[in-house]
Amino acid sequence: MIEAENVHYSYPSKVEALKGVSLTIKDGEFVAIMGQNGAGKSTFVKHFNGLLKPSFGTVKVDGVETIKSSVATLARNVGFVFQNPDHQLFSETVEDEIGFALKNFGFEAKAIEDRITWALNLLSLTQYRKTSPFLLSGGERKRVALASVLAWDPKMLVLDEPTIGQDYEQKEKLRQFIMQLQTQGKTVVAVTHDVEFVAECNPRVVLMKEGRIVADGEGQQILTDPAILELSSIVLPQIAQVFAKLSALGLPKDIIDIQEAKTVLLKTKGKQ
Amino acid sequence: MSVFDGLKFRKANSIIHNLDPRIKFVYVIGVFIAALLFLQIIPLLALFVLQLPFVFLARVQRQWLRSLRGAAFLASFIFLINIATNFFGGGYTLTPSDIEGAAALTLRFVVLVESFSVFFLTTSPDHLGLALEQSRVPYEFAFAFTTAVRFVPVLAEETQTIMDAQKTRGLELEKGNVLKRIRNYIPILIPLIVSAIRRSLELAEAMESRAWGACKRRTNLYTLRLHKGDYVLLGITVVILAGAIYAHYFVTIPTIVNLL
Amino acid sequence: MALIEIKNLTYTYPGVSKPSIHDVSIKIEKGEFVLITGPSGCGKTTLCRCFNGLVPHFYQGEIKGEITVAGINTLDHHTYEMAKHVGLVFQNPENQLFALSIEKDVAFGLENVGVSREEMRKKVDWALHQTGIYDIRERSPHEISGGQQQRVAIASVLAMEPDIIVLDEPTSFLDPLSAEKIFDVIYKLNKEQGITVVLVEHRLDLTAKYTNHLIVMDQGAVRLEGDPRDVLSNEETRLIGVGIPKATLLYQMLKKEDYSLGNKTPLGSEELADQILETLK
Repeated sequence: MIEAENVHYSYPSKVEALKGVSLTIKDGEFVAIMGQNGAGKSTFVKHFNGLLKPSFGTVKVDGVETIKSSVATLARNVGFVFQNPDHQLFSETVEDEIGFALKNFGFEAKAIEDRITWALNLLSLTQYRKTSPFLLSGGERKRVALASVLAWDPKMLVLDEPTIGQDYEQKEKLRQFIMQLQTQGKTVVAVTHDVEFVAECNPRVVLMKEGRIVADGEGQQILTDPAILELSSIVLPQIAQVFAKLSALGLPKDIIDIQEAKTVLLKTKGKQ
Repeated sequence: MSVFDGLKFRKANSIIHNLDPRIKFVYVIGVFIAALLFLQIIPLLALFVLQLPFVFLARVQRQWLRSLRGAAFLASFIFLINIATNFFGGGYTLTPSDIEGAAALTLRFVVLVESFSVFFLTTSPDHLGLALEQSRVPYEFAFAFTTAVRFVPVLAEETQTIMDAQKTRGLELEKGNVLKRIRNYIPILIPLIVSAIRRSLELAEAMESRAWGACKRRTNLYTLRLHKGDYVLLGITVVILAGAIYAHYFVTIPTIVNLL
Repeated sequence: MALIEIKNLTYTYPGVSKPSIHDVSIKIEKGEFVLITGPSGCGKTTLCRCFNGLVPHFYQGEIKGEITVAGINTLDHHTYEMAKHVGLVFQNPENQLFALSIEKDVAFGLENVGVSREEMRKKVDWALHQTGIYDIRERSPHEISGGQQQRVAIASVLAMEPDIIVLDEPTSFLDPLSAEKIFDVIYKLNKEQGITVVLVEHRLDLTAKYTNHLIVMDQGAVRLEGDPRDVLSNEETRLIGVGIPKATLLYQMLKKEDYSLGNKTPLGSEELADQILETLK
């Protein structure tokens, strides 16, 4: 569980990136944090594993204040996958890359071996075990980065812009993977501005703007409210755009799922 | 870091900022030579005071003070070393003129820092690159200079991100003995080098696509032209240098010790 | 003759055994807004590099076939000669700006070809106005947002007054609103200035509505090509793993249920909403 209370954060350059953010994320939740670039999303989530400590206010992970703990300790519970895999890959083989964190966290040799095998399998990377991560494609490198974090099986996972540069099928695989983590009771926090991806996952959505939270609720409600979205420079997902334009027909507006859209529209069939 | 901080350019507009960087550089060299001519406090103090109007005209007092403060450590170091050499080398005694000599040497250093920091505080890297280009330095060098300046903040940010990424994977930089600590930096250096290589490839590609090397005689969006102010500054430089040389050869400069 | 004509092109990067582009033939006419899509690694980016001679002059490797762009055989002409005809905008805005002020960046290409200062000033200002960044022309690239950076990149190729602008996933690092602004700028250049646009994109949700020529690539080959309405209606497009716009998909799903909204496959939410309103009127 993550509890942030009235978190303020200023960078050494005196830029105030967070101006009093309060948010509670319960175990097992899937939260998408959205907003324009520069809204403070990344700054905020970096507080979850202690990379940043609040200038004012508190962040608690499972009841422990982050200010009283180290990144290495917090990271055991909160895994963090960065946007660009090239910012973390450095090992000679994929296997070593995944084992890096496990060694740092002091796992035993046997456990490391087992977990590497498990993580490779989880992300369908087994065939690349002995390959250099630098020889892999962009999508594969992204998966290695993800595997290298999942290997120590953290309870919570923070994903920074996981869909950037990913094609449709890779995104779909990622979505299924997140759903799979959800069934295992993991908490997933995704920082993203990919509205279509969020619309398909339909998680809890937290909207940020200029260092503050401006909306928090069900994806279906937030992503279909043009007034709220405009506030934080997010556009409506395409299905919601269609229904926003059909307001004269008296159809419900809070639809982001294509199957639901089909069902609703089929009901109007008789009126043709 | 604070010395560099003082040398960092901040965008601003003033009479001094708008001066031609080449002339400003000539001025800095002029002051540099004048300072080297003297080892007495009074003329160095004069040189120091002479530059204050530039600082105020450019309205960079605060950053200028910061760079002086940054230099303070080195200055006191110079002072103490001098005192110490005089003391131990001169038979464990210290005369007032020894102290004055050490103070003068320190002041010379301060004058040099002062003039260079005024130059860097009031000259945009863009202007500097342009000055390089128009001083017959090959364009490749000028370009390399401005591009390097352009990517300093980008690389700083990238290094921070890489450190964050490895820290979340349990890397503790300050752990272990010296050897271990050096090895701790490998997970940071490798991604940094790899992405620098990727970045330079992308840059090269973008440059090629925008007609890099298309013709021998490149033109330039900006040109530097000398204005009235530049001639005035050139005049001031000549006067300072001439005065300094005259004073050096023909005037007996009193020391503070003598005056007392 | 078409503005871009590629015949039986096969290209292999140095040190690689498998060709990245395999037997590709395409024709692009003047004034078209072409969209190239396909899964990661399908050869889209490599194809872009062929348009201005980066492939093969910069990348070397083995090439077979013919490429003619604006009447010039790119295999015999260096990239800097092509720069006047083809402008390339890359994915990462950060790595294509090298100067310390925006207008200096926009002038970079013109400086390289030796345009006189007066003329350069005019062209630079024009490009800055076209992309809506005139007011920030003296700022440094580090001080502006990613969206603005990408507009600088567009302005800097636009200043050369090219016949064709090629953009390789120009908005993948941007938030949706900034992305929309970029696409609007490109669309305007295509409509008002008659510049031929070749856009490489995964996200058809945002871009399908602009195009009149859609190319789907997979594993180095062109698999489908033509009117976007036809290509997106084709089942094969979906099977290749192209993300069909949700509006188009919804139209197809309704059609399967015998709910017909006319014969025109919509490319975006507006078209679909209009068709529904029209049907229910």
